[in-house]
Amino acid sequence: MRVPFSSRHLPMLTAGAILVALLVFGGLRYDHFASLANVFNLLGDYSYVGIAGVGATFVVLSGGIDLSVGSMIAFTAVLMADLVARGWHPLSAALVCLVACTFMGAAMGWLICFFALPAFMVTLAGMFAIRAACFLVREQSVGIDHPFFAWTARHLELDLGGGAVLPMRSLLLLATVAAGVVVARSTGFGRNVYAIGGHERSARMMGVPVVATRIRVHALAGLCSSLAGLVFTMYKQSGDPTSAVGLELSVIASVVIGGTLLSGGVGSVQGTLLGVLILGVIRLLIDFQGNVNAAWTSISIGLLLLVFICLQRLIVSIGNRASQQVLPARKP
Amino acid sequence: MPDAITHARPNPHQAEASAALLAAEALIVDYPGVRALDRVDFALLAGEIHALMGENGAGKSTLVKVLSGLQRPGAGTVRLCGRVIRPASPREAQAQGISTVYQEVDVLPLMSVADNICLGRQAKRAGFIRHSEVRRRAVAALARLDITLDVTRSLGEYPIAIQQMVSIARALDIDARVLILDEPTSSLDAGEARDLFRVMRKLRDQGIGIVFVSHFLEHVYEIADRISVLRNGAKVGVWTKADLPKASLIEAMTGRVIHHAPARPATAARTDSGTTFAIEATGIGRRRSLSATNLRVRAGESVGLAGLLGSGRTELARLLFGADTPDEGGVRVNGKELVRGSVRDAIRRGVAFTPEDRKAMGLILELSVRENIVLALQARRGSLRPIAPAEQRRLATHYIEALGIKTPGAETPVGSLSGGNQQKVLLARWLATSPAVLILDEPTRGIDVGARAEIEALIESLRGQGLAIVLISSELDELVRACGRVVVLRDRRVVTELEGDLVNESTILSIIAAPASEGATP
Amino acid sequence: MTASPARLTTHTNAALWPVVGMALLVITNVLFDTLRAGGPGLFGAGAFLHVSVRDGVPAGATIDVLNYGATFVILAMGMAPVIAARGVDLSVGSIMAISGAVAATMSVNGHASAVSIAAALGVAALCGLWNAILVSVLGLQPFVATLVLMVAGRGVAQMITQSHIVTFHDAAIEYIGLGRPTWLPLPVPLLLAITLFAGTALVIRRTALGLLLEAVGGNPEASRLAGVRSRLIIAGTYVFSGVCAGLAGLIAAANIKAADPFHAGQNQELAAIFAVVVGGTSLAGGRMNLLGAALGGLLMQCLITTMYARNIGSDVAPLPQALVILGVCIAGSPRARQWLRARRMPA
Repeated sequence: MRVPFSSRHLPMLTAGAILVALLVFGGLRYDHFASLANVFNLLGDYSYVGIAGVGATFVVLSGGIDLSVGSMIAFTAVLMADLVARGWHPLSAALVCLVACTFMGAAMGWLICFFALPAFMVTLAGMFAIRAACFLVREQSVGIDHPFFAWTARHLELDLGGGAVLPMRSLLLLATVAAGVVVARSTGFGRNVYAIGGHERSARMMGVPVVATRIRVHALAGLCSSLAGLVFTMYKQSGDPTSAVGLELSVIASVVIGGTLLSGGVGSVQGTLLGVLILGVIRLLIDFQGNVNAAWTSISIGLLLLVFICLQRLIVSIGNRASQQVLPARKP
Repeated sequence: MPDAITHARPNPHQAEASAALLAAEALIVDYPGVRALDRVDFALLAGEIHALMGENGAGKSTLVKVLSGLQRPGAGTVRLCGRVIRPASPREAQAQGISTVYQEVDVLPLMSVADNICLGRQAKRAGFIRHSEVRRRAVAALARLDITLDVTRSLGEYPIAIQQMVSIARALDIDARVLILDEPTSSLDAGEARDLFRVMRKLRDQGIGIVFVSHFLEHVYEIADRISVLRNGAKVGVWTKADLPKASLIEAMTGRVIHHAPARPATAARTDSGTTFAIEATGIGRRRSLSATNLRVRAGESVGLAGLLGSGRTELARLLFGADTPDEGGVRVNGKELVRGSVRDAIRRGVAFTPEDRKAMGLILELSVRENIVLALQARRGSLRPIAPAEQRRLATHYIEALGIKTPGAETPVGSLSGGNQQKVLLARWLATSPAVLILDEPTRGIDVGARAEIEALIESLRGQGLAIVLISSELDELVRACGRVVVLRDRRVVTELEGDLVNESTILSIIAAPASEGATP
Repeated sequence: MTASPARLTTHTNAALWPVVGMALLVITNVLFDTLRAGGPGLFGAGAFLHVSVRDGVPAGATIDVLNYGATFVILAMGMAPVIAARGVDLSVGSIMAISGAVAATMSVNGHASAVSIAAALGVAALCGLWNAILVSVLGLQPFVATLVLMVAGRGVAQMITQSHIVTFHDAAIEYIGLGRPTWLPLPVPLLLAITLFAGTALVIRRTALGLLLEAVGGNPEASRLAGVRSRLIIAGTYVFSGVCAGLAGLIAAANIKAADPFHAGQNQELAAIFAVVVGGTSLAGGRMNLLGAALGGLLMQCLITTMYARNIGSDVAPLPQALVILGVCIAGSPRARQWLRARRMPA
């Protein structure tokens, strides 16, 4: 579909430019930086962030927010580890986790809609409650050992030759992103999400089922967080109730940096993938530098998020003034 | 599917109910404390443009809400082609074929034109949207209105007039038989309005019934076939355009009879060079709100702003106070230039403003009567110089007595007071700041007759004490009694100023009713 | 103080809920102590209500509530004005960590106690100012603005301590957390909390700040049209919240004689919001209930102490906290109020 250039693509193009700039910078400064293997490793290392990011993109697009991502990942990890330790097959355990988190997401969405509570408060409460629930399941980190994991690691990867291998988690990430893109662009649900985020009142007037869409969006976010948790668990081979603390900021940062407006209505799932890659490259730069405090990662993510939010506000206000397309204010 | 729609213009004198496309009978809608619709009948014929008119609070928007599915009536029926319908949501009303385009144009500016037109109804294959089909449908829907544009661009990139057209195109895309347009021209310039009317005529000729809600008299007389008038929640009557001259229309809307022949509009008020005006606006204007306007008020003078809803009165008041930032012009108070768009500066210089919507913009409902009264005074003094509690109590008691505010006590939350008493609290707040200029936007709205008289007397005594008063009121008798000079606005600009003998209801009404070509702008 | 009967009743009404909550918790503990076979009974050693005296200092679960609840009270004092002005501060936990890190690092580097303490509070105030600028000047939504510091702030704390847990030996700083003045047998944190509460209440009620703050939170647009300097007031609430968090961070560091950038301040933002909301200040802004917030802080500690007494790890504490907060928000929502009204009125 031929889409003419318009200002709403600017944030995503900026993200693309930043990614390229970072890669070039790293490639020039360090040896072996901009190798394909490194990029593929990035995809793998950040796969769980990206998968969670797909769900988060939908939430932010709808004008909401989900602060419970990290907790859901930890909860999935701990529950998986616990169930497998009790003898469950990983697939059944995974199913339980997926269902549980989807349900919790839907419950939060329902609370937000039914009682008109602010999304940040409900998901903040969810974040703390679900994390605390992790400790109810297991107080300490538990290792997972099941032949199923080794089997998947061996058989579910893509060997592209030349030493480049896409492990299963990267494949899962790409599959989730692809599914997310299709849902966002080409389903009624996806269109409704954009509608609510852009202008909820208008969307309601136009007949969009706002409440049902919101609940589904939060359920989807729960599902993606849980899927991310599964990937995370298989990757770390353990379930640790203290894992993924503060991950929500990285996820939200990926979404925002990738071009999705925090206020909703504009953005894309593919942009979030770009955002995740940028986060990954920054981490890579820090690692390559060597003796830089790892704390810089969270600080730089925070600053980057801030810069992009301000950039978004700037673009929106310039757009408003230039085209004078301000909708009529409430009439006296 | 609708019955065969006749293309001939129907005879408006036919018995309405039987031939009506959309008919409402004996609708009653009650809101807490007020009856918004009182056994209202309304009939729309196929292939007609039917204007719905009335003043602010007459019930127009409530009737529109009932017809478009936003509001369930307490009693009465709505029939579409003779069949009773009871839409419980806009979606259901749309499904029946009734589409509404609201004043705040309900579109999604961030999504593409095609998305806007087809949202919720996209062509799908196996659950996935067929984008090319969606685009085709959008182009076809716009073509019905003789409009061609790039449907892949965001709707927000197009001007409001186009956004409105897209909204109409969406309505038509679902085979709407009834199109309700709520104040469609309030954001359009003359050329855009003409385009809209062209489209409306085309649709009418195709047999669609259009309800046209507007307060712009010229537009109504240009486009409407029949006119229904509501007043105070009741239907006053329905006429064909030819049977209803403008003066009669205004009489029906306002309930006032115009006795005299329209007088010549007065020339501009004489300029007193050398007098420092209490407040003076020079060329003040704001895009899409108010054209460049001059206004001068002397101390001890009361100037009224008259005009229908949307004429620009409140916009002017807000610009004077600094509540909105002007795009051009400035305001002086006692010779000193005010900082543009600064409410604090205006207050510091002695300007006070009571907004029309006292609940949303005036009072803080949770806080007590006392706190609301002292708020502006305290804000002016700053956080670090509190008004002593004893002084606060004294102020509160003083104004409760002076204005006759009925309240269980000074500590009662102001939200639990009646509307009239709330207005008095708002007034008290500003009187406590000892202003030089008092701008009052509909101060007596929702106040009983006795309290009205009190407030009128109060305003008069304030004027006698040397305050400059700017009074906005839809009650022309009040305006005439209180003001020595009246500025008449229409379509967001000043039409004329009246002084002396010319300040009477008939003259004001006739100026409001006069065609746009008459009337000089000072 | 303008304490007319009507106003006081509204306030004490809401402030009762934390008291009720504490009473319920105490009763729960007592029931466990008395009804369990082999339990310590009402006042026996190990019971919740048991108070022993060690080295002239009272000890016991109820004493713990007063001792350790001070931190929550202090945080709640900072959070209450923020929430009343329709905002929220999610970064108080991170500011606590930063404040502790600054004090510990400076002390270890040889600076005088007063300097270390001042620096810690100063940095905390700067953090508050950072939030204030993001919200007031740049117009960011409060939860986003403070979320940034909430996560990035931990990184800052780690940077300051070079990712170590820094132990220090500084009598003055330790006094803040562990001290007990001879002329008054109350722990210093509690004294600080009481002083802060009294001071805040005095400033809020005696100056115009209380009125202007509640006006801004109650109806921002109407306040603007009345000439209130909304932005300045909102900015001030964030700075004050930062300072309170800084003080709480000092106490936390003093308690363990170390600065732990990883765990200091964890879950404290939820605790602070809990205290304020349960104490009667609505998340939607408007009326602020300082007494309720302070009592809410004590309730928070009571909850944690109860969990210890029942051998539930403190990591699980956020679960009941979160559920109670949700419950309070739901109860205050328009739909719930409608439902209540419909139940009360005759059909």
